Order: sequence, then C-alpha cells, then structure tokens
Amino acid sequence: MEEQELTQEIKPPVSTKGPGRWLKDNLFNTWYNTLLTCLALVFLFFAFKGFLTWAFTEAEWGVIPANFRLFMVGSYPQEQIWRVWTVIYILSVLMGLSAGLWGGLVLRFAVVLSGVWFISALLPFGFELSTRGWCLGAIAMIAVSFFLGRDRTGLRSWILGGWILSFPVIMGVLRGFGENGVLTSRWGGLLLTLILAISGIVVSFPLGVFLALCRQSRLPVIRWVSTTYIEMVRGVPLITILFMGNVLIPIFMPGFDINQVLRMILCLIFFSAAYMAENVRGGLQGVPRGQHEAAQAVGLNYVQTTLFIVLPQALRSVIPAIVGQFIALFKDTSLVSVIGLIDLLGVARSILANQDWLGLQAEVYLFVAFIYFVFCYAMSYASQDIETDLGVGKH
Amino acid sequence: MENNSPTAASGKIPFWRDVRVLGGLFQVVFLLGVILLLAILYTNMLSGLDSLGLALNFNFLQDEAGFDISEGISYDPSDTYLKAFWVGVLNTLKVSIIGIVCATLIGLLFGIARLSSNWLIRTIAAAYVECFRNIPLLLQIIFWYTAVVAQLPNVRESLSLFGGVFINNRGVYLPSPEPTSSLTIWLWFLGAGLLLAVFLYIMRWRQLQQLDRPGFRAKWALPAFLIVALCGWFLTPGRPFTLDLPALQGFNYQGGMRFTPEFFALLVGLSIYTSAFIAEIVRSGIQSVVKGQREAARAVGLKEGQTLRLVVLPQAIPIIVPPLTSQYLNLAKNSSLAVAIAFPDLVSVGNTMLTQTGQAIPVIAMIMVSYLIMSLTTSAAMNWYNRWITRIGR
Repeated sequence: MEEQELTQEIKPPVSTKGPGRWLKDNLFNTWYNTLLTCLALVFLFFAFKGFLTWAFTEAEWGVIPANFRLFMVGSYPQEQIWRVWTVIYILSVLMGLSAGLWGGLVLRFAVVLSGVWFISALLPFGFELSTRGWCLGAIAMIAVSFFLGRDRTGLRSWILGGWILSFPVIMGVLRGFGENGVLTSRWGGLLLTLILAISGIVVSFPLGVFLALCRQSRLPVIRWVSTTYIEMVRGVPLITILFMGNVLIPIFMPGFDINQVLRMILCLIFFSAAYMAENVRGGLQGVPRGQHEAAQAVGLNYVQTTLFIVLPQALRSVIPAIVGQFIALFKDTSLVSVIGLIDLLGVARSILANQDWLGLQAEVYLFVAFIYFVFCYAMSYASQDIETDLGVGKH
Repeated sequence: MENNSPTAASGKIPFWRDVRVLGGLFQVVFLLGVILLLAILYTNMLSGLDSLGLALNFNFLQDEAGFDISEGISYDPSDTYLKAFWVGVLNTLKVSIIGIVCATLIGLLFGIARLSSNWLIRTIAAAYVECFRNIPLLLQIIFWYTAVVAQLPNVRESLSLFGGVFINNRGVYLPSPEPTSSLTIWLWFLGAGLLLAVFLYIMRWRQLQQLDRPGFRAKWALPAFLIVALCGWFLTPGRPFTLDLPALQGFNYQGGMRFTPEFFALLVGLSIYTSAFIAEIVRSGIQSVVKGQREAARAVGLKEGQTLRLVVLPQAIPIIVPPLTSQYLNLAKNSSLAVAIAFPDLVSVGNTMLTQTGQAIPVIAMIMVSYLIMSLTTSAAMNWYNRWITRIGR
C-alpha cells in the first residue's frame, strides 16, 4: 500500500505569482530580454499608431459597404437571391441540429455565426430591410433547430447523412434549372470562392484517399500509375494546371460543353487530390504492420481491413495535415481570378478597376484579406479542437 | 517441385481464385483502361487541333517572338520564341533563389523568436506567422504590388537609404560591386587563404580526434582565411571592386543594380509568405527534441552553444529538412503567380507565347517540363543532403 502511494503523482503547488512577478519573469528576466521588450514596444507603438491613424483618418472605407453585394455574391441576380438564402437556411438548420446533438466545437461555431448574423442585422449602414430580415431569420433557424436537436442522440447518423446529401442539394438550389436558373457564369464573390473550395474539398478528399491506397498497393502497375500521377501534379504549379484546364479541356474533350466554373473546380480537385494522397500516405505508413496481420487473422478481406482497421487509424493521425491541405485549397481558389473568374479576389480587382474606386487598393485588399483570414483561421482552430477530441498522440 | 508449395496439401487452387493470377489480370485490365483513356484523349486532341487548324510541333519556337520582356538577360523582340522562353526560365530561377535565401533567413528569425523566453517577442512572432500564412499568397503579392510598391514616391522624391539605396515607384536601386583589373590578384590571395584554411581545418580535426572531445572544427581555419582575405584586400594595388552607385540622371536613376517593382513585389510576397511556414517548421523541429536531451547535455557539462550545436541541432535538422525542402519547392512553384503582376517569369512569358501562337499544348508542356525538372532536381539534391546530415548526426 505504501509503495502505491509513493508512485502517485503529486501536483506542483499552484502558482501564486502576481502580475508584477509575471512581467519580470516573461519580459524582463535578462538584460537582453529587457532590451528586446523595449525595442518591441517601440516598434509596436509606431506600427499601431501609423496603422490606426491611416485606418481612422485617411482610409475611405465607404468602398466596402457600397460594394458589399458584389463581395458576397458577385453578379448573382437580385431577383434570384432567395436561392442563396435558401442554401444558408438549409445549412443553418443542419448546423443548429448538429450543435444541439454534439455541442462542443459545432456549438461554438453556431454561436459565433449567430453573432455575425445579429451584427449584420443591426449594422447602421449598408443593408436593405429585407436583408436584415433574412439575417434574423437565419438566427431563428439556428436557434430553433438547436433546441429541436438537443440531446436526441438517435438523430446523429441522420444528420451526418443530411450533411453529405446537402452538397448536391445546395448546388441544385444555387443553379436552378435551365434558363430559369442562375448560370454558373453569374456566380461570384465569396459565394464562388466557397463553392470552389467546398466542392474541391468534398471531392478531392475521397479521391486523395483512393490515390494513396493505390500508391500503397501490392500491384506494381497500379502503384506506378498512381505515383506518376501524384508526382507529376505535385511537380507543377497550380496556375499551369488551371491554364491547362482552361485551354486544353475544350481541345481534349470536344463535344462536352464544360463551363469555366466547372473546369476550374475539376482542376482544383485533381490538383488537391495529389497533395491529399501524400498526406494520407503518411498516415497509412504509420499504421503498424501488426494491424494488417491481425485483421487478416480474424478473416477480414482487403476492403474490410482498409475501411475498418487501417483508414480510421491512418486518417486520425494525419488530421492536422489534411486540414492544412483544406486551408491551402481554400487559399488556392484565389488563383481562378487570374483565369478570369470573379471570385472574392476577382471581385476586389474588378472593383478597383472601376473609375469610382481608383486608388483604394489598401482598403479593398485588407477587407478581402480579413475574410480569407477568418475562414482559414476558423479551419485551423477546428483542426486543433478535433485533434484534442480524438486524442491524437495519446493512443 | 510442388512439394514445397503450401498449396500442395490442399490440391491445386483453380486459377480464378489464385490471388496472384487475379492480381496480374487486374493489372493488365487496368493498364489497358489507362492506355485506352490516353488514346481517346489523344485522338480527341488531334481532331480538336485539326478543327483549330494547328499542327502539333515545336517549329514555332524558331519564329520571331516580337514581344518585349522588361527584365532578365539581354533580349530583343526580334529574337526567337525559344530565347524568350529561356529568359523567362532564368527570371523564375532568379526570383526563386533570392526568395529562398530571404525566406529562410526571415523564417529562421521568426522560428527562433517563437521559442523566445520573452512573451512579447513570442507573441509578435506568433501573430506574424498566423497572419501571413492564412492569407492567400496571390492576394499578398497583388497587395504588395498595387498598394505598396505602386504607392511609393516618384523618381524625384525617392526614398534614400545610406545615400546608396534608392526606392521609388520605378523600382529599388542598389549599389553594385564592379570588378576591376586588380580582382585577379585578390583572387590569388583568396585561393592561398582557402588552401591554408583547408590545411588548418584538417589539423584541428585531427587534434580534436586525438583529444577525443567535441569542439569547433573551423576554429583555426575560419580566422586564418579571413585574415588572408583582408590582407589581400588591402595589399592589392587598387581595390578589387568599386561600388557602382546609382545616380539620378535625367528622369531616372542610372548605374547600380535595379530591382523592378514587379520583381520587388513578387520577392517580398514570396519571401514573407514562405517565411511564415518556415518559421513553423523551425519551431516544431527544435521543439521535437525532447527536453531530457538538453538537460542531459547540461548535466555532462556542455555549454549552451555546445548543447545547441552538438545535441539539439543534429536531432532537429533531420526533422526540419524534409518539410523545408517542400517549402522551397512551393516557393519556386508559387513564383508562377508572377503572371498576375506581369513579372516575366516562365509562366508569364509562356502565356504570352500561347496567346500569340495559339500553340497551347507545346507551350504548356514546355512550362510543365521546366517545373518538373526544377522540382525533381531540387528534391534529389535535398534528399542527398538529408541522407548526409542524417548520417553525420547519428
């Protein structure tokens, strides 16, 4: 008994340092740290002073509210804007239900999102009354479905199915049918950026897993073809692939009228899948040989072994890399503006080409950069959270 | 013969259930499928090209390019397309190499700053990394180009640093060293110094081996080389280099080295973006060395510098090099974003060639092959270095 108690961990005493002590320990512990702190403070002072002076006295932020619609949806026709709101409502319901079912990360995102809608509804400038109504409606959707979904654990698999099904539904709603719908050439702004990124992520992930499995295959021909593909794609810049898709797909596939948005999505998918495959391969190599052997010993075939034994372990260990690839893909969608699509960056460039808004590069680009930053940061935040939840590195 | 085979006991397995036969068959079918797909694409391409009235060959490369290229090696619009493409390749290499050097230095600085014991420095470095790696590079390059470099003062009101560096909206002007006739004499001095240094390096190495203790191998060689080089510099009649200072003549600066605004914006964008990733790689590499290693090194009496050089870095570098390589390759590939600000890199020049001649397939193939060659060479070199560093580290 004595021995057991000896091995018990004794927690270190709770720190009782005051703020003065913290300052001394973290900022002024040695002479060179004191010097660095002073230099950094001076630098920060002038940087903030310069930026704030510019932002509050010189900058003309009027360009942002005046073009807010363009930034968000590009030239999506006004009379069809209900399609976008329908999509937002579908996602709000799914998000609310998920927040109720899982809580945690999803709940935090739902709260932040509701906050954003709330602020948009109350902003003193910019939006029309109908838009404010739509915003408040989105909050209501999230709240109602949150309470509907709360603690009904039986619904979980249904909601997961709903998320997967929502992708084609959303695309259908946004596009509509035939001439009455909205042609993809009118999709733009943040809407287009999100469509490009989400379609890329949704499709390139399974494709990447598949390529990684092929590269690990025992059959040499499959391995070679997959390796060649992965290395070729990874060896060239995305912009050349986009150029290629833009110019060569019509030559290679005459008769198929693939529009520019779809061509760019295809390019992004094929590009991202190669990188995804490399990330997943890292995880596959980390799964111990014994796991395969044990699976075979209990009589699982290749498909079962891969689906139930190998992939869950492999994917869990590479979550950070996969989310990193999602973030990279999200940022890479901005390259389509070079090809001529009007995505978020494309909108910024076209606004700046307008006579009324000449010389406002700093304002417009900072605003766009802020939007990109928020999305990328949210993704990396989610990645860290999922990592802790799944206990990566603990098992 | 069949007695040794495990199948012998249970009789011969029919071929349609033999994994090896099935695997082989599947591969043949798969290969045929791939070949069929490529064949369909090829015939489609031929008919597509036919309807566009283009022939698939590289003869157009010998034609006169007819467009101007704003920077790079000497080139004239009357030169061939091939020459124009070569200028683009060299421009890509130039911006990539300078960018890699800058990104490494900045990244190293911020990576180490993120490990500082000073909270403020650590936080500033973290903010820098989060900020620049979460914003698309293309946006950053366009921002530097249109919102910063283009807003610089005009030539008459150039910013000047130390009287030799001038910055304005036409570019950045730096003093450049011009070799003089006495350079050869100084090179002889350098050669002699190098020989001496190698000799001293080996001496010191032997001495350390005999003493059987760690130490700085270049302790004698480095100062000796520097002394010889300095003596040579002052003993040479006349100086080996003169500084060519840029000076305002007429409407522009003449002399010295000039970075065009496009080059400067691209370089700044690439360096800063990549440095944010490099900083993270450096930080996680150094952090991956377990704390006990440092403590053990201190316990056996190594000094701070020795701990870093003999214990921490040999373990951190093999972890740092592979992701660092892929960042270098990323930088080289990302330099293709030059096309957005019209810096004449190989994609930009290739794009102009493509629009002028309509020869999409050969031009895109040339661009891709150029990048593939660059990527494969770099990763081969880095793999070699990685093997070397792993061997001496362990």
